[in-house]
Amino acid sequence: MSELDAFRTEVREWLEANCPAEMREPIRDEDDVCWGGRNFKFKNAAQKQWLDACVSKGYTVPDWPKPYGGAGLTPEQTKVFKQEMKRIHARSPLDSFGIWMLGPALLQFGTEEQKVEYLNPIARGEIRWCQGYSEPGSGSDLVSLQTFGEDKGDHWVVNGSKIWTSYADKADWIFCLVRTDKANKYQGITFMLFDMASKGVTTKPILLISGNSPFCETFFDDVEVPKTQFIGEINRGWDVAKYLLGHEREMISGGGAGGDMVSIGGAFAKAFGKNAAGELDDPILRAEMAAFDVDVFAYRAMGERFMDMWKTGRAHPASSNMMKYVGTELNKRRHELVMSGGGSEALEWDSAETKGGARARGWLRTKANSIEGGTSEVMLNVIAKRILDLPGA
Amino acid sequence: MPLYHNEDQAMLKDSVAPFVAEQAPVSHLRKLRDTADATGFSRDLWAQFTDMGLPGMLVPEAHGGLGMGHMEAGIVLEEIGRNLTPSPFLSTGVGAVAALAKAGGTQAERWLPAIASGEAIIALAIDEGAKHRPDRIATSATRSGNGFRLDGKKSFVLHGHVADMSIVAAKTDGGITLFAVPKDAKGVTVDPRRLVDSSLASHVTLDGVELDADAVIGEVDAGGDILDALLAATRTGAAAEMVGVGQGAMDMTVTYLKERKQFGKLIGEFQGLQHRAAHLYGEMEVARATVMKAQELLDQGSEGARLMVSVAKAKAGRAANLAVREGVQMHGGIGMTDEYDIGLYMKRDRALAEYMGDVHYHIDQVARMNGY
Repeated sequence: MSELDAFRTEVREWLEANCPAEMREPIRDEDDVCWGGRNFKFKNAAQKQWLDACVSKGYTVPDWPKPYGGAGLTPEQTKVFKQEMKRIHARSPLDSFGIWMLGPALLQFGTEEQKVEYLNPIARGEIRWCQGYSEPGSGSDLVSLQTFGEDKGDHWVVNGSKIWTSYADKADWIFCLVRTDKANKYQGITFMLFDMASKGVTTKPILLISGNSPFCETFFDDVEVPKTQFIGEINRGWDVAKYLLGHEREMISGGGAGGDMVSIGGAFAKAFGKNAAGELDDPILRAEMAAFDVDVFAYRAMGERFMDMWKTGRAHPASSNMMKYVGTELNKRRHELVMSGGGSEALEWDSAETKGGARARGWLRTKANSIEGGTSEVMLNVIAKRILDLPGA
Repeated sequence: MPLYHNEDQAMLKDSVAPFVAEQAPVSHLRKLRDTADATGFSRDLWAQFTDMGLPGMLVPEAHGGLGMGHMEAGIVLEEIGRNLTPSPFLSTGVGAVAALAKAGGTQAERWLPAIASGEAIIALAIDEGAKHRPDRIATSATRSGNGFRLDGKKSFVLHGHVADMSIVAAKTDGGITLFAVPKDAKGVTVDPRRLVDSSLASHVTLDGVELDADAVIGEVDAGGDILDALLAATRTGAAAEMVGVGQGAMDMTVTYLKERKQFGKLIGEFQGLQHRAAHLYGEMEVARATVMKAQELLDQGSEGARLMVSVAKAKAGRAANLAVREGVQMHGGIGMTDEYDIGLYMKRDRALAEYMGDVHYHIDQVARMNGY
C-alpha cells in the first residue's frame, strides 16, 4: 500500500469514528453552518463535538502547518482528506473568513509571532473575523478607499466607514484596508487587524432583496488601533489585499457560490413527472437543464484542475478571476433554472412548505455573486489585462 | 492523479508540439486542399508520425505499441487541432485501437501491430445517416455459410477510401457485432466526398459482403461494449482535437487584437472586445479541464468516464465553436477571406463538432445518464 493509500485508510477510519451522523446531512439552514467565534451558539451537541474533534486533529485547516493549528498535510493528502469528507457528505466543521481569507494572507505575509497569535484561534474557531474592504461609493474600485488611519506614534486613529462587511455584526475582529498615506493611491494603504469591540466601532445590517441581511455597514469613529496590528508593511497593504482577493475568489467560485455541483435535471425529474420515453415532461426546460448540467460537470472538472494547479503553483495568478467569473455566472444560471423548475411554488415567500421561501431568497441572493468580491465585468477586465495581455486594459 | 500534465507528459508535449507545427502547419492543409489531394492526408507525414511512435501510442506493448493512455493521445490531438493537420491519427490510432484492444482475439493480433508500425490505416464505419445515432444501427449481418453477409449503408466514414480495413458496426440476431472489413472485400462500394474542411469522408455501401467468421471483432452479438469503447475513445479524442482548434483560433484572434488598429486605437483596447475575449478564455479553460478529466477517467477505466466523455464532447464543442465564431467576427472582413487562416479553423471545428455526436446529442446523453 502506498503512503497515500495508508493515509486514506487512516482518514476514513478517523472520520467513521468521529463524524457524527447529524453532521453528514446536507446543510439546510444558515444555522446549520458552524461559524465559531466568541458569541457563537452551537445548534446542537453534534455540531460542537464535530468541531472539537477536527480541532484536536488540525482538520479545520488540514493544510496549515501544525504549529498554527493545522494538520500539516501535503497537497496530495489534503486532496485525499477532502475526497474522504465528501464521500461521507461530511459538513465543514468550521466556516470562517479567517480560514478562507485572512489565514492564507497571514501565512504569506505575517511574522512568526503574528502567525502563532492569530492562526491558532482561527483554526480553533475561537475568533470570528470579518473583512473590511469595500467602502460606500467604491464598489469594485477598492483602491479608491477613504477610511483613514492617522498616525499617532504608537497607534493609529481610524475614521471612516465600510460597506458590504459580511456578518460584521457577528464578528469578533476585522481585517481592514485603511488609507495611511493620502498622497499615494496604491502604496498608501495599510492592512490592519483590530477588535470589533474597540471603542468607536458600530455596525448596521443592510436588508437585501432576498429579505436577509448578511451584509453590514460598519462605522469607525476615532477607533484606536495599536501600531503592532498590521500585516505586511505599512503602506503596502494592497499587496496583501490582492493576494487575499485571489483566495476570496477561489472560495466564492469553488465552494460558496459555485453551488452543490450535482445534476439539476435529476433533481427536478420527480416534480415534473416524465413522459413515456422517461424524459422530463417539458422538452424545452429539459434541454436547458441538460445544457446547464454539461456546464456544471465541466466546471467541476475545471475546479479540480484549478485546485491541483493552484496548490502546486502552476496556475496563472489571475486564474482565480476566471474561476470566479465562470463559477458565479453559472450559479446565477442554476438559480434561474431552480425558479423555473419550481414554478408557482418557488414564488412563495413565507410558507412552511418552502421553508420560508428558501428557493426565492436563494435565487435573489445569487444575484450578488457577480457583484461581491469584484464584479464579473472587473473579472473580465483582469483576465483581459493580466492573462491575455490585451493593450490599454 | 492531478489534472495537469506530469513530467513525462510535458516532455511528450515538448516534442510533439514543435514537430507538428514545423512539419504540418496550416499551410500543409492548404497545399493538400489546393492540389485536390485524393488521399486527404500526407503519407510522408504519416511515416514521420510512425517514426515518433505516434500511431502505436495506445497500442498495448504486447502488440508492439507504447501502451500509453488517452491523456497522452490527447496531447497529440490537441497539436493536430491547433495546426489543422490532416491525419488518420484519431480514427486509426485512437478509435480503432480502443476497439481492437478491448476485443482482443485474432483481429487484434492481426491489426494492432500493423497500426503500431504505421502500415495500416483503419476507418470507422458507424454512422448511417446525416446524424450520429449509433443506437439505430440498421446495417445487417446475417449468418451465411461459415461466416456472415453484410448489407447496409454507412456514411461519414473518414479515410474510408484509403483504409486498409474498416471497422463496421452491424446488427446481428442478438445485438451489435463489429466486423473487420478488409479493403478489397467484394460488395463494398466506397464513395468519398470532400467535406467543408477539405477532408475526405466516404459513403460506404455494403451489398452482400461475404466475410469469414473470424472477421468478427470480439464476439458475435457482444459488440456493444467494444463499440462503446470505440465511441468513448473517439469522442474524447475529437474533443481534445477541438480544444486544439479552439485554442489555435483564440490565439490567432488575441494576437490580431493586439495588432489591428481602428479609430486610431488597437482594437484590443476596446472593452467590448476585451470582455468577449476574456469570456472565451474562460470557456476554453473549462473545456480543456473537462477533456482532461474525461481522459483521466478513461485511463482509469472508471465508471464515471461515460458521463464525462459526453460532457467533454459537448463542452469542447461549445467552446471551440465560440472560439471560431469570435475569431472570424473579430478579424472583421479579413476573417471572411480564403487567404486568411481563421476561416479554416471554423470549417474544421464544424466537422469535428459533428463527428461522433454533436453538442445536442451529447447534452441529451447527459440528461439520460442523469435519469431525465
